[in-house]
Amino acid sequence: MKIAQKSIKFLTIAFIALFSSAIFASGSDKKHDNQNDGGRVNTKEEVEAYILHHIKDSHDFSLYSYTGDDGERHHLGFPLPVILWSSEGLVTFMSSEFHHNDDGHVIVEKKGLKFAKVHSKILELDKGAATVSFDETHHATNANKVLDFSITKSVVGILLIGFLLLFSFSRLAKQYKTKKVPTGFARVLEPLVIYVRDEIARPNIGEKHYRRFTGYLLTVFFFIWVLNLAGLTPLGFNVTGQLAVTACLAIFTLIIYSVSGTKGYWMHMIWMPGVPVLIRPVLAIIELAGALLIKPFSLLVRLFANISAGHIVVMSLIAIMFTLKESLGVVGATGLSLVLSFFITLIEVLVAFLQAYIFTMLSALFIGMAVEDHAEAH
Amino acid sequence: MYNLIGAGLIVIGAGIGLGQIGGKAMEGIARQPEATGKIQTAMIIIAALLEGLAFGALFLGK
Repeated sequence: MKIAQKSIKFLTIAFIALFSSAIFASGSDKKHDNQNDGGRVNTKEEVEAYILHHIKDSHDFSLYSYTGDDGERHHLGFPLPVILWSSEGLVTFMSSEFHHNDDGHVIVEKKGLKFAKVHSKILELDKGAATVSFDETHHATNANKVLDFSITKSVVGILLIGFLLLFSFSRLAKQYKTKKVPTGFARVLEPLVIYVRDEIARPNIGEKHYRRFTGYLLTVFFFIWVLNLAGLTPLGFNVTGQLAVTACLAIFTLIIYSVSGTKGYWMHMIWMPGVPVLIRPVLAIIELAGALLIKPFSLLVRLFANISAGHIVVMSLIAIMFTLKESLGVVGATGLSLVLSFFITLIEVLVAFLQAYIFTMLSALFIGMAVEDHAEAH
Repeated sequence: MYNLIGAGLIVIGAGIGLGQIGGKAMEGIARQPEATGKIQTAMIIIAALLEGLAFGALFLGK
């Protein structure tokens, strides 16, 4: 009976994974032809440009585009607000005013200033300039970057997932006030919360201090995990693959373990007891570099690189159906790309969990190193 | 050109390292199956540290 239940659960999960992967594949196939407003993605260079474009953040939320009967590109999706701090102060407008142009040809005029979008960066044109001019290396010569506080696609993703987490977990928390056992979807969340507390926080931080940090670890775990999974849907989020996001998370961890570090922790770092005095400054440099630079750097690079690499691999495998169309035929290339991208997507579902786990685990480990009592060691 | 060779060397080194970690963890689990959980946790931490190093080097070498 128990085995039967387990296998039913497994089959359900396998079915859902299969289904969502198929949706992802077909969703991305459609997306492949909306790059470079002129035409479809066919050649290797276009595929590469498209993948790099997807990895980056963007100012509008485009799901699908096609060329209509009248020969114009139609975009499905919605524009997002652009918020800039320019030389004239705050400027806001909707990203639809750029008309999906990404090479600086469409100029938007606000408050007497001219703005253009080049490679997902918004530039402010110098006074008197009418169009953006480029040098040989394709850098704009007469335009400067502005402070960009726009609600980009990644910000939308963060807000969406943030509210989703807030909603589901506050419901879970509320249920404990009235009954002992949560009902509904909260039953799925409870074991995960307990898993993070008992398998990650408690053994790494220690019985005495783990309660203080469980909140942060839970937040970081679910934030990363759900955003990783959102990156595998056809919405095309790549939030945890943005350096800014992972750097911010790593800095949170850095601040937490630096602030809550005990006196012993800092003493061992700055003036290591028990070693010759001459070696102590050398050790201090190494220890400080390790704690303040290398630990957060490894956290941020690991998450960023894993998620970005996963996105690139999945999209490259989907792109096989364009790049190998001549040599394998349409059916052969599509079949090959479907099989390969299906398996890689399954692995990506695993990686999504693993990266969230590792980030939380290492954060817990670093916090544990900072708060443990050094007294009994001597 | 040279940075590509360097990136390749990094991947080879990381591969050897990951193989060592995985292999030794397997040996450990085979000897002491009751310590599987602890060994797996330690294995994942070391693998993650190694991976972070490899990715960092790849970024610098790209």
